[in-house]
Formats: sequence, structure tokens, C-alpha cells
Amino acid sequence: MTLPSVTGETIVTPAQGRGASIRVSTIVGGLLRALVLALVAVVLLVVLLTITGQRTGDALIALVNGAVGSWYAITSATLVRAVPLALAGLAVSLAFRAGILNIGAEGQLLAGAAAATFASLAAPQLGVFVIPLLLAAGCVAGAAWAGIAAFLRQKLGVLEVISTIMLNYVAFHTVGYLVRGPLQESTHVFPQSFNIDPRAQLPLIIPGTRLHLGFALAVVIGIALWWWLRDRAGGFRLRAVGANARAAASAGRIDVARTTTVAFLASGAIAGLAGAAQLSGVTYSLYETISPGYGYTAIAVALLARLNPLGVLGAAVMFGALEAGANAMQRDAGVPEVLVSVVEALLILLVLAADRWRTRSVRMAEAST
Amino acid sequence: MVGGADATQPALSLVGITRRFGCVTALDDATMHVQPGTVHALLGENGAGKTTLMRVAFGLVQPDAGAIVRSGQTLRFASPSAALAAGMGMVHQHFTLVPAMTVAENVALGGRGRFSLKEWAARVHEIGARTGLVLDPLARVSELSVGAQQRCEIVKALARDVRVLILDEPTAVLAPSEAQELLRWVKHFALAGHAVVLITHKLRDALAVAANVTVLRLGKSVLNAAVSDTNEAQLAAAMLGSAPLQGTGVLKNETAVEDLVAPINASAPLVGVSLAAITAPVSLSDAINGTGRLKREPGRVVLRLNNATVRDKQNVVRVNRASLEVHAGEIVGVAAVEGAGQRELLRLLSGRLVQSDGDVQLPAHIGFVPEDRHNDAMLLDRSLVENVALRDAGSREGRMPWDALQRATRTILNELQVRAGGADVEARTLSGGNQQKLILGRELALQPEALVIENPTRGLDFRAAGAVVDALRTARAGGTAVVVYSSDLDEVLSLADRVVVMHAGQLSDVAADREIIGRAMLGA
Repeated sequence: MTLPSVTGETIVTPAQGRGASIRVSTIVGGLLRALVLALVAVVLLVVLLTITGQRTGDALIALVNGAVGSWYAITSATLVRAVPLALAGLAVSLAFRAGILNIGAEGQLLAGAAAATFASLAAPQLGVFVIPLLLAAGCVAGAAWAGIAAFLRQKLGVLEVISTIMLNYVAFHTVGYLVRGPLQESTHVFPQSFNIDPRAQLPLIIPGTRLHLGFALAVVIGIALWWWLRDRAGGFRLRAVGANARAAASAGRIDVARTTTVAFLASGAIAGLAGAAQLSGVTYSLYETISPGYGYTAIAVALLARLNPLGVLGAAVMFGALEAGANAMQRDAGVPEVLVSVVEALLILLVLAADRWRTRSVRMAEAST
Repeated sequence: MVGGADATQPALSLVGITRRFGCVTALDDATMHVQPGTVHALLGENGAGKTTLMRVAFGLVQPDAGAIVRSGQTLRFASPSAALAAGMGMVHQHFTLVPAMTVAENVALGGRGRFSLKEWAARVHEIGARTGLVLDPLARVSELSVGAQQRCEIVKALARDVRVLILDEPTAVLAPSEAQELLRWVKHFALAGHAVVLITHKLRDALAVAANVTVLRLGKSVLNAAVSDTNEAQLAAAMLGSAPLQGTGVLKNETAVEDLVAPINASAPLVGVSLAAITAPVSLSDAINGTGRLKREPGRVVLRLNNATVRDKQNVVRVNRASLEVHAGEIVGVAAVEGAGQRELLRLLSGRLVQSDGDVQLPAHIGFVPEDRHNDAMLLDRSLVENVALRDAGSREGRMPWDALQRATRTILNELQVRAGGADVEARTLSGGNQQKLILGRELALQPEALVIENPTRGLDFRAAGAVVDALRTARAGGTAVVVYSSDLDEVLSLADRVVVMHAGQLSDVAADREIIGRAMLGA
């Protein structure tokens, strides 16, 4: 696993960290990066389309229209798809920053969605106040699901890479059981749950679109995490443990077990929230394929953002756009969606390679002075 | 040049070797001649190019200019396997063994064809019988002591019929008794007709066994001489590039060279205490009462152990009912051979380990500089500021005071003369000596009540070592209680106001006499 080497942005340059100028230039730099990446993605796609003999022009037009072609495409296709990617991406980046290879965002997301379905049953009693309850239930379930892996890691030294992947399967099949058993819709025909009470559905934040409250949650959590990691002692502890746990314990006298466990649980909670938000904001019912691999794509999103929470928000929107566009491309131009998956994978490889190359050239420059 | 004039042909000649890395010239017209049947010492500060020169001789680095001549033939080693085939062997400073494999498998590594454990085990036995480097061929390397691992490295080289053996800082990782044994073996091995190149920065090691010596400075071979024609002072001056120090020509053999050269750094702002060492290098007899240390009344007790016992995870007693008091303003030296429990003792004293039994009283602030700084003290991929911020990170609340930490980092860089490209560069861009100075500066900032430091100058060159020693003495002058362990007994003796000895988990006070301490370390 080469993932831990991608430890993200060298956080602060404290000398100028307070100045507004550095923040502006950071944001401009991030936007430029995103723009370059989007261009690279289009170029890669054109190459792939040409190689596979598709009608390149039609496909591209369908893709762009589907992703950003209209106000509705932007808000209801791209941004709606970005929500679970952003939340799960934040979950992954938080864990990776602490040196925990949580590959289980998928399972934690499913646990969160299932718990939220249960919680929605309280709608008749609680009215709209069922929403905070089901979001909290999603967080708790996600944290608990991650907690199994955290416990195994802490007490028995089980590698979390293995346990979280395994727990993804357990979660998937548990949802399969639930939607054929206790939570199945009333006709008992389809393997899916009842539709949740309208009072348990997340409010839309832009009328006339499908963009729901989950988007605002993702943005708030992303900004809060970024600030916490950068400016708070707890955030620094988490990053120090991720950078070198032995030194963090010896030189920093940090309680490594506590720090990693808390980070693991928090990561699970955010992934669980992603599931709850997807259920109550988009699908309104639970089924096995409620997540087409959001938890795995989230790893890509986190790496593309170099584990920076603000970057995760941007990368999630970009992936959301690609997937919305891919969907439209298949529908309108008959081009298989998987081509876009290939582009996504290539983008990540490029970013990782570019990071390596940049670090090495910086080191060589410093060594030769 | 010494070698060329000799009647016999050199076993290995390196002539005019030049090698640049980017715009850095690592080797600049370096020349040396190694005679068969002798030990040849290669001396120089850290970064002088010793290891690079030997990597050229071993085919790991290609020279930009110059020639390698072996027994009259000019050779070009495209790779280490070519060098091996030509009878060159190299034991690297950092071991290149596979820990999970057995000794025999490690020795066989790199060979071709079918691997027969039986044959290689017999070969390891045979080499052991012939050279005295006895090893259990079926033992796993991960279970060997450091000394045995080094023997394994040497056996690995010998299994390839080496005629020129290069040893890179072989004594750095060894306890003093093991080091002596190794040096005796090296001399013996050379007498059997082989040539040995010994890379070291310990002058005494070099003078003890070598017939000839080459000194590198900034990649140039500044001195090639027979050991009988030179002395410690001349060699030290050649290594440092300064004129021979006045009045040091008659250095007593016991004097740690580190003491001799520490004052080079006397212009550093933190210095002051050790200036005395310039005018009167410490010989052992006056080491106890002499000018090198402060005579002062011991201050209040800062660290106190009372019958403290430490057990490891397997419930083996590592520290057995140890009692110790360390006072403000004194340096207590811990002498021990590797594995005597001193590691656990130091961690107990620095609050990094909790006793299983007994009483331990520690102050709130204890600086700790562990020997394995990369793993235990630093965030290599992080900025110097974040490395400084690491101190006390465990108990910090609220916001990170980045502005103040930035200033604190700059202060450390200035006061300890850490050479770095600024406070925001990654810690891994610093050299080993500068990393050590940064960590020491971090741990000494804000005057901690106590400081525990392990092998303070291991792997450092003279200047960096001098700066570290000065910083320790300054801390003592400021009232810090200092505990220092070094695997180099001379370093313990030159630094400490008093010495305690650890042997098999038992801690005992001893008179600061080299002989007595040496015997106590071995439990005699």
C-alpha cells in the first residue's frame, strides 16, 4: 500500500499563515490546479473516445451538457452527486491524515443509511425533528461500524486495511438482509425498503432543483475540518500521529492510541452521515446498491485533493461532474460510462506521479544548495 | 604519496577520483593507495566524501574522472557485482541484511543457481573456523545482536573471496568491548595478506590498527601518510582544515578527540563553558577535577528513582530496583554495554516509560533526545516549525500558536547554528548533525528542569558534536539536570560530572575511573 506517503498539503506556512494574501493565493492556486486537471481529464477522454472509435464530438457535447450544460445539470446532477463523494472523501482524508488506512467508507456509509432508515420510522412522533435524529443515527452507526475495525486494530493489531474492506462486504449483505426482511416495503416484492416519511426527507436548499441540505453539511464540515486540522492543537496532534506515530508518542507525548481511535471513529461518523444524507436527500428508500461505490471513489477524491479538506470539496464536485456527464453520455450518445471511470483512475495516477515528482525536485533543489 | 613508492603493488589505487552530484562536488581529485596486508584508515568529517569514495571503489557510484587500479590493472566497475567479481567487498554503515532470513541465507544472497542451505551453512561454519567470525548459520538475523549482525555482514563479504575489504564506520554501532574485538580482528585479517579500508571518524581507532591513513576534506585527499609519520593533532587539523592546534601535539592517548575539537565552535553564541577545553584539553587524570568541568555544589534533587523496576512486554526485568538521584546543574553519565537495560532506564528517567515497581519522582518538563532520532524524535516530512511544535503537543489545548512557534524555531536555528534553508523546510532536508542540533534545541528551549540524552554525538562530525557538547554544558550551567548515555565510554567520561554503571539491569555508582567503569560495565 503506498497510500500513506500521500500525506497531503504541508499545512501552514505559519510565517504568513495569518495574512489574507496567502489565503487568496492558496485558493487561486487550488482553482488553477482544478482547472488544469479538468483540461487534462477532457484530453484523456478525447484520446480514449478516439481509440475506442466513438463519435467523439457527440460524446463530449453530451458529457458537458450533462455536467454543466444548464442550471439544472449543475445543481441537480453534478452537485447532488458530489454530496456523498464529498462527505465520504472528508471521512477518508481525516483517517488518512491520522495514518489510518480506512478503506471502509463504503461500509460505514451503508451502515449510516440503514440506521437512518430505521430512525425515519420515528417521523410520526417527531415530525420534521426526525431529520436531526436520522442524521445523528447515521453518524453513530458509521462510527460504530468503523469502531469494530478500530477495536480490532487497537486490541489485536488487525490491519485496518483488511478489516475495513471485509466489513464493507458485511455491511452490503446486512443491508441486503434488511431490505428483504425487517425493512422491506409492504408488498414484499422488491428488495428495497419502504419509502421514508416525507417529513424525514432532507429539505432542498435551492427550490426547483434536487440539491438538498446534505450539500450545505458537506461544505460546513469540510471548512471546519480544514480549520481544525490547521489551527487547533487536536488537529496538529492528529497530523503528527499520522506523520510519525513513534515520534508523536516519544517527543510529543501524545496519546497515540486515543488520537487514532478518535480519528477512526470520527471518520466513520462522517461516512455514516454521507449514507444518511444520501438516503434522506436522494433515494428516500434503502436498497443494496444505494451506493454505486461512493466509498471507494471517495478514496480517489481524497487522494486527488492531497487529503486537504477544502480540496476534497473541489475534487468531489469535479468527480460529481464527470459522473453526471458520463451518465448523460451513455444516455444521449450511447458511449459506455466506464470510459469515465478510466479517466478518473488515470487522473489519480497523474496526480500521485506529479506529487512525487514535485517533492523529489524540491528535495534535489534543496540538496544542491 | 605513500603507496606509490612502495616496492609491492598496491592492492587498490584510486587516482584522481572526481564526482559531482548536481552542482555539489562530492569528490575532487581524491587519491589513495591501499597496500596488501595492511589496514588503511580513511578519515574525514561527515560529508567529506569518505563513503562516496568507497562507493566509487565498490561500483555503486561511477566517477566523473579518475581511475581505479587493482594489482596493476585499470578497472571500471559498472556495478557492485563487477566489484565483487574483482575481489572487492564492502560492509556498509547501515546493514544490508534481510532480517527475516537466516544467516546462511543472507550470506548466500546474490549468488546464482540452486540454493542449498546445507552447503551454505557449511560455508558459514568454515569461514567461522578460518577467521574467528563464528555465527550460527541457522539463526535468524532479526534475532542477532548488532555485533553479530556486523559479523554476518563481514562473513557475507568473505564468502565471495574478497581481497580488499571496505568497512564503513564499523565501530559506530558497537559497544566499546565489541569495537575493540572487531579492530583486533581487522588487524589480524590484514596480516593474513588482505587489504582493509577502514572508514572512520574516530582517530584512535584509526591509529590503533592502520598502517597508512588518508584524510579527505571537502572531497579532496588532503593527507596521505604512514601512521608512524603522523599524530592525532596533525590528523585532526587535516580533517578540519585549520592550522594544527597549538599545544595539542602531546595529547594523551585517553583524550577524546571530540574534546579537542569542540572548541572550534567556540564562536557560537551558546558557548562559553567549554572554552576551558581549548587551553587545556582534558586528559583522563584531570578529567575528574580538571578544567573541563564546573566545580559546583550539587543543586536540589530533580530526578529521583527509588528501587524502580521496569519489566518489558515479556515480563523480563530490564531495570532491577534502581535508585538514583540527579541534581540540578550536574551531568550524570550512564555507562553500559548494549542491552544492559540503559535504554529502559533512560526512558524511565525521561517519563517515556512507567515503572512496574518502585518510586519515581520526575519534574514536569523533561527534555528527551533519543538515539534513533528519525523514528523517535522527528517528523521527517514536516517543516522544522512543526517539528518544534511537536514538543508538548500532547498537553496543548486550543489554538496552535504558529507565530510564536515560528519565532521559537528561528531562535533555535540561530542559537545552535543549525544550517537549514529556513524554518519552513522539511526536516529531512537537514543533515544528521543539524537534525540533532534542532532536536536538542527544541528539548532545551524554555530551560527544562531535566534533560535525558542518548548517544548525543553518534554519527555527527566534529563541529556538530562540539556544538552539541557545548549546548549540554550550557544547559548544565543553567541549572538543568542532565543524564547522558553514550556507547562511547570516553564520551561519557568527558561529559559527565559523575558516572553510574548499568550492568544486567543493575545500577551502581562507581568512581569515575576508566578501568573501574570498564570492569563494572562487563560485570567483572
